[in-house]
Amino acid sequence: MAINTNVAEASIRERRLNAITGYNGSVKDLACRTTGGCSIHNRERNFAQASSCSSGCAQTLLTGIVDAAVVNHAPIGCLGDSLYQNIAYHYGQFHRNWAYSNINVLSTNMGEPDTVFGGAERLRDGIREAHRRFAPKAIFITTSCASGIIGDDIQGVIDELKDEITIPVVPVHCEGFRSKVWATGFDAAFHAILTRIVKPPRTKRPELVNIINFRGSARAYITEIFGRIGLKPSFVVPFSTVAELEGMSEAGASLTICGTLGSYLGTALEEQYGVPYVKSSPPHGSAGTDAWLQGLGRAVGKELEVEQLIADEKRAVQGELAEVRARLAGATAVIGMGPGFSLSYLRVLDELGIKVLYGASWHYDQHYDHGAQPAIVTELAAGEKDIPFGVGEQQNFEIANLLRTLKPDLYFSRHPGSSVWAAKQGIVTVPVMDEYTAFGYRGLVNFGWRIVDALANRRFVNSLSRHVRLPYKEWWYEQDPYHFLSEEAA
Amino acid sequence: MSDVVEQIRNVCALGALQSVAAIERAIPIIHAGPGCGQKLWSALSSGNGFQGSGYAGGHSVPCSNSTENEIVFGGEEKLRETIENSLKVMDGDFFVVLTGCTADIVGDDTGDVVRQFKNDGVPIVHVETGGFKGSNYFGQELLWEAIIDQFLEEPLGVEPGLVNIWSVLPYQDPFWAGTLNTIGRLLESIGLTPNLIYGPGQGVASVRRIPSAQFNLLLTPWLGLKTVTSLEERFGTPFFHYPALPVGATETGRFLRAVAGYAGIAMETVEATINREESLYYYYMERAADLFFETRFKPGHFVTIADSGFALGLSRFLVNDLGLIPEAQFITDNVPNEHRERIEAEFTDSEAGIASPVIFTTDGGTIREVIRGLKFRERPLILGSTWDKVITRELQGYPLSISLPVSDRLVLNRSYAGYDGGLTLVEDIYTVILNSFQ
Repeated sequence: MAINTNVAEASIRERRLNAITGYNGSVKDLACRTTGGCSIHNRERNFAQASSCSSGCAQTLLTGIVDAAVVNHAPIGCLGDSLYQNIAYHYGQFHRNWAYSNINVLSTNMGEPDTVFGGAERLRDGIREAHRRFAPKAIFITTSCASGIIGDDIQGVIDELKDEITIPVVPVHCEGFRSKVWATGFDAAFHAILTRIVKPPRTKRPELVNIINFRGSARAYITEIFGRIGLKPSFVVPFSTVAELEGMSEAGASLTICGTLGSYLGTALEEQYGVPYVKSSPPHGSAGTDAWLQGLGRAVGKELEVEQLIADEKRAVQGELAEVRARLAGATAVIGMGPGFSLSYLRVLDELGIKVLYGASWHYDQHYDHGAQPAIVTELAAGEKDIPFGVGEQQNFEIANLLRTLKPDLYFSRHPGSSVWAAKQGIVTVPVMDEYTAFGYRGLVNFGWRIVDALANRRFVNSLSRHVRLPYKEWWYEQDPYHFLSEEAA
Repeated sequence: MSDVVEQIRNVCALGALQSVAAIERAIPIIHAGPGCGQKLWSALSSGNGFQGSGYAGGHSVPCSNSTENEIVFGGEEKLRETIENSLKVMDGDFFVVLTGCTADIVGDDTGDVVRQFKNDGVPIVHVETGGFKGSNYFGQELLWEAIIDQFLEEPLGVEPGLVNIWSVLPYQDPFWAGTLNTIGRLLESIGLTPNLIYGPGQGVASVRRIPSAQFNLLLTPWLGLKTVTSLEERFGTPFFHYPALPVGATETGRFLRAVAGYAGIAMETVEATINREESLYYYYMERAADLFFETRFKPGHFVTIADSGFALGLSRFLVNDLGLIPEAQFITDNVPNEHRERIEAEFTDSEAGIASPVIFTTDGGTIREVIRGLKFRERPLILGSTWDKVITRELQGYPLSISLPVSDRLVLNRSYAGYDGGLTLVEDIYTVILNSFQ
């Protein structure tokens, strides 16, 4: 179904993409049961640990836009994640040699009276203050459970101020309670950007490639290799300007580092402005990078140039890849990441010669916005091996149980608050925090050497595990890791 | 006037879950939306000194992760299930159920659900901390009202010398663990037995011990006043109130004399302790004096941006022990109006010596605008949060992050309290100054 930017908000992933948060099976089972119109029913948990919500994902993207401002219409705690967003922002500024500044965000600081009388007055103040303080090019209003339940009319307040504040002021519907899938917040942010920021193309810039990513650490390398084939990357959304976002419609193609992230924006730019969205598996590892670059080549009509680029880049690391594979042979691993990464890192680790015992994903989209199953799933399922695979919204107790049973050499994780628990169990843990960790052929090799280093000295995790314990009773380790999942509805 | 908040320096009432996490082997169970635990932990712990998940914090906190279903049909059944299964899975000594906005707005009867477990002998309490109700300081007071009402029992008797410490707010103050340890050692040095409640080696036994204390020591200007008053009403335990966190020799000596006077400890004991500590303290201060007087690196006036008790302690130290001049003091802990006049007076009393404007605000924009309006003739020293480094750099000042968010430092057992804490603060300030150009 096409993305509809004529409605106020993006529909949640559970409805739009049949996203699930409870599943235990294997990659082949997952692939087979979610093709040809089939879908899997979610299995609910009757015990869970603190997850994450949409507003965090929405604000992660929006606070990164350098000349916009975010007004969070919420009690003050809903901006708890702004501290980490500011850390990430400073880190990005440092790596770009930019001036040091803070993210432009404020809270309307909702209190008890607002839950009774409504928070419109407060929202008006927030919009005015954001406008006065930051002189932004656009203001995004992120909503909260509190503002959503009491039913504050966000658009009504915006409309009242439209003569006073003439920049785009855009509601972002990211109430935490609406979805178990925090990535729904990406869609909420992109929906706001698509409906009020992106402009129809004034001209076409076939050399321009939108790269939908988070922090853009590999931009120098990407700019260099794309330059070789006459293309110019534009990294969105964090660290871009409102003007750069306005012009996304003019690009020759869109790519993403993470299918979970890019689906909504990439698909909508294709449907509405004819910007081809590369729907390949993500550029993690060798096969992923092949698919990503070849997809780009097809989209912009540079297949031959891309093949040459791939050959050059692969040749440069051939010897080192063989060496690192030899060093890692026989190692075993478990993965726990969001679906944009966990599935493709199954293949990354295979390319490095590591045997994956189990893959866990923080949710799973049974199809993307363009209608097809994630390419990586189709590709993995076509292989010989099948890998046990489960879905849970970062449920640490399930992972701890799995790790105790499977005893892998390595645990690979993405998202704060997950890796450390495996380390406490004495398992060598390699966090994949940077989205470009195993990007490209060089990235794959570098990642391999990082793992070699991690395995070469296990003393910290060994000592740690002898001195701390996890907060679980022995009873729990005797249960199936997915003990608390309900039966799948027929 | 608008009370929007730019650059948050504290969180909502549900932030009290981190106070539960600060009690060894205590387990918070939150009945809230899916993002609350992550956001509050991120702000209070990982984004603030990188304090970690601890035993059962961060993404390991049991949570109902309430969604549409619990909003429309009520979340009591989901909560019951979450508690029941938490008790099977989680290995803890004490459980505290805290609610978020969703449960409190739709009106779940959390108390009723929790009482059924309590009646079965589970060590569990509940507290309604919907984020819209107030800040995490307010949440802290709600938490202790709940523990006092629902968990503490009549003591068998009073333990002479036992003192409960009510001081810094765990996690909100990234130095809390080191500071509590320091305060405990100061009390031990004059013969008292501290009950620190939070941190390593304490746990639920120290919570149960609260009613048997000889007195409660309230070592903040206002936070916890309700708690010690409730303890006095319920158990007849008196309290001694000392508003400033003692930093450095002058204030720590004053603090020890005051506590000893209250507790009826012989003055000779106290003076002997103070003499011993001061001679060591001034051995190091003498060494530092060369740097102060033989180089050009003395900061200009200083600004503090912190919770009231910490700002007061830092300010007194910088004035009395380092001889610096205060320019402005920003108090960021949502001080209720009835306490403001008294706190302002503390900044201008004879011990503090030099009066300076005291501004109560939690809004970074207000802080920035006031600071921009100040006239500094030399590079100012700005003790605040990592947010404030931007304005400090703009002024070419010296920034040291000491209040939430402290995201540019790892904090483990560091503390600025007591004699050693004063020396540590001097080291840190001069590390910033000397690093600024080399």
